[in-house]
Amino acid sequence: MALLGRICLLLALVVCAYGIGASIYGVRSGRLEFSDSGRRSVYALAGILTVAFAVLEVAFLHNDFAFNTVADTSSRTTPTFYKAAAVWSSQEGSLLLWAWLLSLWSSLVLFVTRGRLRDVAAYATAILLGFGGFFISLMVFYAQPFATTSPAPPEGVGLDPLLRFPTMMIHPPMLYSGYTLCTIPLAFGMGALLARRVDAEWIRVIRKFAFAAWFFLGIGILLGARWSYSELGWGGYWGWDAVENASLMPWLTGTAFLHSLMIQEKRGMLKVWNVSLVLATGTLAIMGTFLVRSGVLNSIHAFGGATLGVPFVVLIAVLIASSIYLVVTRRDMLRSEHRLDSLVSREAVFMGNNLVLVALCFVIFWGTYFPLISQALTGQEASVGPPWFDRYTVPLALVLVLLSGIGPVIAWRRATLANARRNFVVPAAVALLTLIVLVLIKGPPTLAEKPFAIAMFCCAAFVFGSIGQEFFRGMRARAAMAGEAPPVALVALVKRNRRRYGGYIVHIGIAVLFVGVAASSSFQHASELGLSPGQSARVGAYTIRYVRPTASVTPDYDSADTQGGRELSAVIRSEPGVTLGPDTARTGASLSLGAVLDVTKGGHHVTTLSPSEGFYDSGDPTQGSVGHFIGGQPVSHVALDAGVTRDVWTAIAPNIETPQLKRIIALGNKTLPFVHPGEGIVAIAAMAGAYMQSPPQAQFHFIVSPLVMWIWIGGLIVGGGGLIAIWPGGRAVYSLRRRVSARSRARAAHGLARA
Amino acid sequence: MPAPRTAWRAPDGVDLLAAILAVALLGVVILVVSAPLRAARRPSGTESPAQGAEAGEDRVELEAAREAKYREIRDAELDYRTGKLSEEDFAATDGALRAEAVEILDRLGALQREAQENSEAPRAS
Repeated sequence: MALLGRICLLLALVVCAYGIGASIYGVRSGRLEFSDSGRRSVYALAGILTVAFAVLEVAFLHNDFAFNTVADTSSRTTPTFYKAAAVWSSQEGSLLLWAWLLSLWSSLVLFVTRGRLRDVAAYATAILLGFGGFFISLMVFYAQPFATTSPAPPEGVGLDPLLRFPTMMIHPPMLYSGYTLCTIPLAFGMGALLARRVDAEWIRVIRKFAFAAWFFLGIGILLGARWSYSELGWGGYWGWDAVENASLMPWLTGTAFLHSLMIQEKRGMLKVWNVSLVLATGTLAIMGTFLVRSGVLNSIHAFGGATLGVPFVVLIAVLIASSIYLVVTRRDMLRSEHRLDSLVSREAVFMGNNLVLVALCFVIFWGTYFPLISQALTGQEASVGPPWFDRYTVPLALVLVLLSGIGPVIAWRRATLANARRNFVVPAAVALLTLIVLVLIKGPPTLAEKPFAIAMFCCAAFVFGSIGQEFFRGMRARAAMAGEAPPVALVALVKRNRRRYGGYIVHIGIAVLFVGVAASSSFQHASELGLSPGQSARVGAYTIRYVRPTASVTPDYDSADTQGGRELSAVIRSEPGVTLGPDTARTGASLSLGAVLDVTKGGHHVTTLSPSEGFYDSGDPTQGSVGHFIGGQPVSHVALDAGVTRDVWTAIAPNIETPQLKRIIALGNKTLPFVHPGEGIVAIAAMAGAYMQSPPQAQFHFIVSPLVMWIWIGGLIVGGGGLIAIWPGGRAVYSLRRRVSARSRARAAHGLARA
Repeated sequence: MPAPRTAWRAPDGVDLLAAILAVALLGVVILVVSAPLRAARRPSGTESPAQGAEAGEDRVELEAAREAKYREIRDAELDYRTGKLSEEDFAATDGALRAEAVEILDRLGALQREAQENSEAPRAS
């Protein structure tokens, strides 16, 4: 079936080339049938890439190691759940996922906008197909997902154990959906400039897609942070890694755009700014993809040794040059229709929020690309670390959270100072009350030691106060107008003003998230030390005792089903203290060594935790018939007691380099032949038994962090608010619009008559 | 010794199923992409597709502008009711917004009348 995959890619490339030509010819000549044909090329592209993706997915699920990418990133021992996700763990598979998602989202936007903005949509079609063609060209000429090996190897290398984590199934598709959706506003923005139709119509058309890009990118970022916290053994959720930053930058500019587009929709202002934000967001999304794929910067998330840098640099250069050219040559058309009425208006606050978001993006951009900049200027690569990022981003984040509380209580167009003052009383009182409570709390660290954290709590309290007041007043007004009970009025209020109240919920989520970030990073207790069974460590207010070691051994899934497999299992079970797999995390580790930890506070039992480390089959025969079973990259499986107020996070690094354990491996390598590969696991079981008999000291990493869960809860609130804001109106809203239509005619006519 | 890798090797035997599926896919793609071109070659009514599409597009855009204006009116009303706008400010803002809404409605009405006249003209002749 590799042949079908290859034909699909070639056909997709031809369709892209045809679609670009047809769309441009159609819009230039006024022959709509060609524009329509170009639009249908995008649908065809989606169909072709769906087939191609299905071919690759089936190859993974059927262990077809004739496909190079399957042999490199999967194996028979990789659990089926992860085989399905292994498609996008490779360079070529992830490129296919990118192109496929792009084709699906492009089809959706062009289907939704059929019959509208024909000239803009035709140019957008050509640009989207251009992106599609670019990624398909990479797959045809550089990283081929359907390249094969003959004869097929009997076994694959296996999926990187670090990626054997449930959120890894969802994280890349979410992130790629976000990236690909970012190109849709870019394509329509460029289309509007090319067609010289820069009114608010194109913005209305792509608003939901910009929102979707923001939503998916946000979910992807959050899942990535969760993976980092729960899977990577360092205990953090954000490390200012280049690839992490690359996903955050378009999210920040996208957030700025979602605010400023409202100003263009309502007032016809900020046209240059909006179109620039759209172009920047799309370009940053492509740059993010470039960072992951090019290997130009070191990152744990990047595909190392990749050779796609040059094509991406060319694409980014073309995007930046064409964006600047279009904005400069169309500047006369991009003039604002109105001026800012007042500095005390929601427009002004939105502009402030835009400036802060763009400043944040600039700081992150500078820090991320600093190694490249320094190398270009000085010839030496230098990088900046988390303290550098924190120095600039923390104050900006404070201002951002504060503005997210100020914006909702100020009216559009104009707000009198008296009104603004009245609306600020409640939020300011809540913030002040929070400050007083925090000052009165005894014990280290004091207020003076953590001023930024305290300031963040107060800003968040201000947001809770202002948004809470908004909901309350809105509900009260609705209840009075419609004679509804308060809960009914609240639901009706949100349903009829989804965008506004969905946005407010997002603001609450952001404040909750930042409270979690400030608390967990400022008031964390961490300890790294070696412990033997029976020993304890003190971490913050908690005592953690290493009770006993654990060990589990997992034979090859296939051989376990055979007669020989059953015998092997019996031998493994006979080892004292060793359990037969699968490992607790079900990631396909051959050997998993861990610990049972008893956590107490003030002498009272709190929880029992069982962190472990998985040792994986490297598939490398040079490591010996036994050694290869544990020769792969070891991966820590974190044990966590998560709560609303604090998390107790533990990780273990067991020592398997003791002379006794090494001797068992060496002996196994010497005596067990490769003829029966499954038998080597017996030596691993013997090694695990020896480990259990006399466990060596293990290295532990303990962290007690307050309010980490607030980060995930805040993220969920942000996502929920985003969904409310983006959710389609449906019949109820349609009927409301009709009523408003009739009423507004009458009232507007009345108003005009008075004038 | 690792097996030699070939990126785009010629298949040892023709993968018949893959070839049939590829041909079928090609056929579907041609059908989908060429449908508007085939439709354009068929004889149509008096109004050219471009004219009709343009008129339809204007109407859709005006309807979208109307919806946006209604939303603005609702927002201003909500701002007033939640205490963010004084009565005088609300009256001024609301009046301006409604005037803008009426202008859009007038343009939409004119477009609809024009479309109606166009559709009645051939019948009269």
